[in-house]
Amino acid sequence: MKSEIEIITLTEAYYRAELSMEERSAFEKMREDPEIDSQVVSHYNLMKQISDYGNYQYLRADMETIHDQLDVASLMDELIPAETKIRTLWRKNRINAAVAASVAILAAFLTVLSSGYFNGPTTDPNYNYLNRKVDNIVRSQQQINQKINSSSIEIENPSRFAATGFALSTNGYIMTNYHVVNGADSIYVQNFDGESFKANVIYTDVIYDIAILLIEDNNFTPFTSLPYTIKKSGSEMGDEVYTLGYPRDTPVYTKGYISAQTGYKDGISDTTTYQVTLPVNPGNSGGPVLDSRGNIIGIVSAKQKQVEGATFAIKSEYLVKSIQTMQDSLDHSLVLNKKNSLSGLNKTDQVKKMKKYIFMVKSY
Amino acid sequence: MSKKAKDSVPDDSEIILGILNGSKDILERVYKSYFPMILKLIVSNNGDEDEAKDIFQESIIVLYNKIKCGNFQLNSKLNTFIYSVCRRLWLKRLSQKGKYSGSLTDFSELVAVDEDLAYHLGKEKQFTQMAEALVLLGEPCKTIIIDYYINNHSMQEICDKFGYTNADNVKTQKYKCLQRLKKLFFKNLKNDRNEE
Repeated sequence: MKSEIEIITLTEAYYRAELSMEERSAFEKMREDPEIDSQVVSHYNLMKQISDYGNYQYLRADMETIHDQLDVASLMDELIPAETKIRTLWRKNRINAAVAASVAILAAFLTVLSSGYFNGPTTDPNYNYLNRKVDNIVRSQQQINQKINSSSIEIENPSRFAATGFALSTNGYIMTNYHVVNGADSIYVQNFDGESFKANVIYTDVIYDIAILLIEDNNFTPFTSLPYTIKKSGSEMGDEVYTLGYPRDTPVYTKGYISAQTGYKDGISDTTTYQVTLPVNPGNSGGPVLDSRGNIIGIVSAKQKQVEGATFAIKSEYLVKSIQTMQDSLDHSLVLNKKNSLSGLNKTDQVKKMKKYIFMVKSY
Repeated sequence: MSKKAKDSVPDDSEIILGILNGSKDILERVYKSYFPMILKLIVSNNGDEDEAKDIFQESIIVLYNKIKCGNFQLNSKLNTFIYSVCRRLWLKRLSQKGKYSGSLTDFSELVAVDEDLAYHLGKEKQFTQMAEALVLLGEPCKTIIIDYYINNHSMQEICDKFGYTNADNVKTQKYKCLQRLKKLFFKNLKNDRNEE
């Protein structure tokens, strides 16, 4: 029986190829004893673990040397867009920036404080003069506003934005897109006969891109009834649809079909909209999308850029949902129509009846 | 066939052969060819150039481990492999820092590298323990072990270096050192397993 130190020595000599042919075969013969063989194997593994570790250290050292030869700064210039570099720079230096900003704010505050800004109302004559001037400006602006309000809105005062809306109820509620009225100072709706009425935004839903307006104009005579209903359930792919809107100064009829059950927003599919193949123009925004039986199944919302004919329509379920959430808070009741009088008619007659209830929405 | 310029991108089989032979030239060319891609990945995803260097070097070690243990098959292009490894390592680093925002900006296709990373993780642990054991071992044992097992010096060279009177003394000394190293190394490993 060999001692451990002998086995180790032989194993090392064997793997380092330091044995003669005879010694090799003697060693291999010795390994036929399983106990010795297991000692050889475990020592070989240890040798390997040590040498692996060494190679790993050398590899790391070699990589350091190579890395030092690289010009990382110019690589960065070459590869990284300036915007990312600024972000990196910002991340690295934001604490410094924050400190600098706080110092700046503090300094500004102290300066203002020392100049006596907070010492109560000033009696500086220049200040009063400025005040009077502001008064004058306010007065002249009011005069201008009065002039605008007294004259009727004509073509010489073109609207900032024109789109479409449709009547929700007989008493003057109109539905359109949020993006149509967003940021508008005042809104007028114009019917098929060319009459304009002042309307106010009653409710907006940014997420579904919905706005509800109310005509608040004494010249407006309420409708006796609406011919269409809003469909509460979903519609199927391939259903024929049409819309009526104001891409121009007269109502324009466009027909198409539902091409997908979901729309597309910020790169992901959007289940609140349909994709409809309906060649529309910007002025069609807010127009109703009706199926062949005269049910409103959606509202034209956005058109995908660069794709011809791909339009998105907010599903009517969400229109109804939006209406239900705001219904309780209203001064004037909003009663949705329950009876559809278009279903038996052909397209031409449907459109003829419809157009009275479609408005051009002009926001200023 | 014309001879390739020294800093051209070496082809994949050339790299594998070079790594197996321990060629420094190949390492340098691999490093210089692939580092820019990883620099771009890391810097575009909330990292800086030092982090890019760390991640890239680790991926090269993963590649070496994979090739050296002999089961490297050219299922994918090497640059895709390195990219995928770096991407995974960076995701891990980001989530450790609590900075992972849910998506990465990518510049390459990906391959599955789970097994390679698991293997690498085990290897990395062994290396740390070996390093710790060698530190605890102290001198002259540490140098004897390194010279013999890593630098492949002969017993005679070590004998001369340390001024031992004969090779047999060194042999005994080395044996004692090795026994102690074994104890330290496996104790570390065992402790570590118990903690898990």
